[in-house]
Amino acid sequence: MSENLTPSGEPSYLQYKGRYRGIFAWIFSTDHKRVGLLYLWSIMTFFIVGAILGLLMKMELISPGKNIMGPQTYNGFFTLHGIIMIFLIVIPGLPAVFGNFFLPIMIGARDVAFPRLNLTSWWLYMLGAVVVLTSQFTGGGPPDTGWTFYAPYSFQTPTNMLPAVTGAFILGFSSILTGLNFIVTIHRMRAPGMSWFKMPLFPWSLYATAWIQVIATPIVGVTLLMIIAERTLNIGFFNPALGGDPILYQHLFWIYSHPAVYIMILPAMGAISEIIPTFSRKTIFGYKAIIASTVAIAFVGYFVWGHHMFTSGMSGVALYTFSILTFLVAIPSAIKVFNWVSTMHKASINLQTPFYWAVSFIFVFMIGGFSGLVLGALSTNVHLHDTHFVVAHFHFIVFGGTGFAFFGAMHYWFPKVFGRQYDAGWANIGWLTFFIGFVTLYGPMFYLGIAGMPRRYYDYVEVFHGGNIISSFGAIILIAGAGIIIANLVKSAIYGEEAKQNPWGGITLEWQVPSPPPLENFDEIPHITKGPYDYS
Amino acid sequence: MEHIPENTHIHRDDEASKIGMWLFIFTEMLLFGGLFIVYSIYRYLHPVAFELAADELDVAAGTINTVILLISSMTIAMSVSAIQKGDRKKTLMFLGATLFLALMFLVNKYFEWGSKISHGLYPGSDSLHELGHGDTLFFGLYYFMTGLHALHIIIGVVLIATVMYRVYKSRVREDKYALLENTGLYWHLVDLIWIFLFPLFYLVT
Amino acid sequence: MDNNGKPHIVPYKNHIAVLAVLLILTALSVAVTSIELGPLTVTVALLLATAKALVVLIYFMHLKFDNIIYSIMVAFVMFSIISIIVITFLDYLFR
Repeated sequence: MSENLTPSGEPSYLQYKGRYRGIFAWIFSTDHKRVGLLYLWSIMTFFIVGAILGLLMKMELISPGKNIMGPQTYNGFFTLHGIIMIFLIVIPGLPAVFGNFFLPIMIGARDVAFPRLNLTSWWLYMLGAVVVLTSQFTGGGPPDTGWTFYAPYSFQTPTNMLPAVTGAFILGFSSILTGLNFIVTIHRMRAPGMSWFKMPLFPWSLYATAWIQVIATPIVGVTLLMIIAERTLNIGFFNPALGGDPILYQHLFWIYSHPAVYIMILPAMGAISEIIPTFSRKTIFGYKAIIASTVAIAFVGYFVWGHHMFTSGMSGVALYTFSILTFLVAIPSAIKVFNWVSTMHKASINLQTPFYWAVSFIFVFMIGGFSGLVLGALSTNVHLHDTHFVVAHFHFIVFGGTGFAFFGAMHYWFPKVFGRQYDAGWANIGWLTFFIGFVTLYGPMFYLGIAGMPRRYYDYVEVFHGGNIISSFGAIILIAGAGIIIANLVKSAIYGEEAKQNPWGGITLEWQVPSPPPLENFDEIPHITKGPYDYS
Repeated sequence: MEHIPENTHIHRDDEASKIGMWLFIFTEMLLFGGLFIVYSIYRYLHPVAFELAADELDVAAGTINTVILLISSMTIAMSVSAIQKGDRKKTLMFLGATLFLALMFLVNKYFEWGSKISHGLYPGSDSLHELGHGDTLFFGLYYFMTGLHALHIIIGVVLIATVMYRVYKSRVREDKYALLENTGLYWHLVDLIWIFLFPLFYLVT
Repeated sequence: MDNNGKPHIVPYKNHIAVLAVLLILTALSVAVTSIELGPLTVTVALLLATAKALVVLIYFMHLKFDNIIYSIMVAFVMFSIISIIVITFLDYLFR
């Protein structure tokens, strides 16, 4: 209880007793740290489901012909895999878990601006997840459109689209509330003395991300509503038979869903920008350049959606515009990579698991980014559109980028969140297995795509067999790695050694509060006088 | 909820609530912004049909609703001025007027939709499909956009009624009126959207 | 509330004046439709609607009296919406 708190004997956020007991002390808690952990558990649960779906698809693709599932099941699997991974995991991902937990602490606040809204957003997330998942068990069977719900198929398929689309709409609402909360928090609740340019880079990336969440998500919201109206009222918005234009659906869908890629990757970059200076024990190189590139990516990234539609029949002018804008996004992304690498230059690096994750993030992110340029060029895109090359590209960015950063952040902040240290040996083995599995799984897909293997088919011709065997074995290694990592983290959270307040020697604010932090984070709100990475 | 100890750290920050409300308004603008894209594309693709279909709509009904909404926007702005002066009675009076005008808007809308539907002009109807692609899309958008707008009016009615109750109970008062101010912002947003819906559907013939 | 904590109280008669302006603009936009302007009809209607929207934003929604940050945000969001529409039209205008 807040009235009998003392600086020494304060209960941590994990222990304090509120009004509710047991699980209710969590699911009704408005504490930003508990909400963050609620998201963590939910996301981890869904991740296991989504990863198993992915593994089963790879097992189907291990040899030509039908192995363990037929075409309709396969369509259902990649749809559900996409919906779960995109809407339930990587979009909330880092902002909802680590943003909720660390944004207030890193800017020196006691909580987010609207704690109840924050909890509401988790509840909406769970509601959306449940609604999406009911589509699997009711009505005309699992949706088979892919996570993009492309019209006109999405309102013609007999499968159970309505719950999937409604659920995605609710999840969008949850995402908007998180973004709104973060913007207000950053505007209103920074500690005294923390000017905009004394704010750490993770909060900066969350700020840019939050703006995308607020101004892009409503577009997909209304688009999903139109799909619902289309299915129930037969209005004809996207139905060519009634004068509608299916390509307009693609425009509207990608106006959100491309910026959504930046919702996924920007906080990941923010987390990497925290990890690298801490383990390099050095000021980050080009602090303001990283901020500028974050804002530039968020801004330009809002206007490049058309590169998902190069083969859909857009006008030439639109094709050139989108292609040029797409290439422009590469510039700020490269600036970040240069800054990270320059930070490590001549540093006495503390080689720990989070640092391995950060470096491997840079590696896979660059491969993903460069393959993105291949797809952003109009002539090569015609050849590679809807092949496995695209699958490899976005897995390198979304899974390699966001996923690696998520695990990196997980290890980096683990001692702070749980007050216990993970087992470093197993963590490193897990990282190595995961990394090898990742490259083995997605690397061959580049080759398969260039060779012409299309995506979203349960079957293929014999000539693609070799690459698929390697890829499928990669999937097994990757799942083994993920298993080691998760098992190690779960075990360490319960039985691990007690962690010190500042095990890595970090100097951002979260390392100046106890591990785990007390309910209100700070006894006294700190006064900020120095920049966030001032190691002098 | 007020008594949970962990909520002691929820500070009252009216400026924060206002930024939050504005951000919410931005999401609404983008929501309708998406629909305006659809409208403008289809108008570009079917210019003649859109002009002829707009002739079917009742300009008088649309104008009356515009005037109603504009006046209601003024009354709710006045209610904010009234609460700032600490005049509870006038606040309630202006909010009541806003509520009444909002309901008037809905009644008018009901009759307008009713007459269109009785002519067989509703989404998915055969007589609409016979009119051709442009008309189908125009009336599809008409029902979808004004319907979504009407939904926002209904939400606004609920909000205003809540605020009135809170003003009546003096929970919203001279030194604590963020809820009223934000409801006002929301109501102006509803007005703002109608300001664009009205010419695009009723006037541009 | 503005920054110094004192709310700016708008007098009732100012609200009435704002309403009068809005009603005049509405009457104007209805009257203009009877004139045959050809392709300019849409432009004129949108210009008048934008003028009305600005009046609502600046006076009723208090942008004039609030911190400049709100106006910057509104301008930024408006810019985004217009950019999206323009870029989408790059496809349809040149197909």
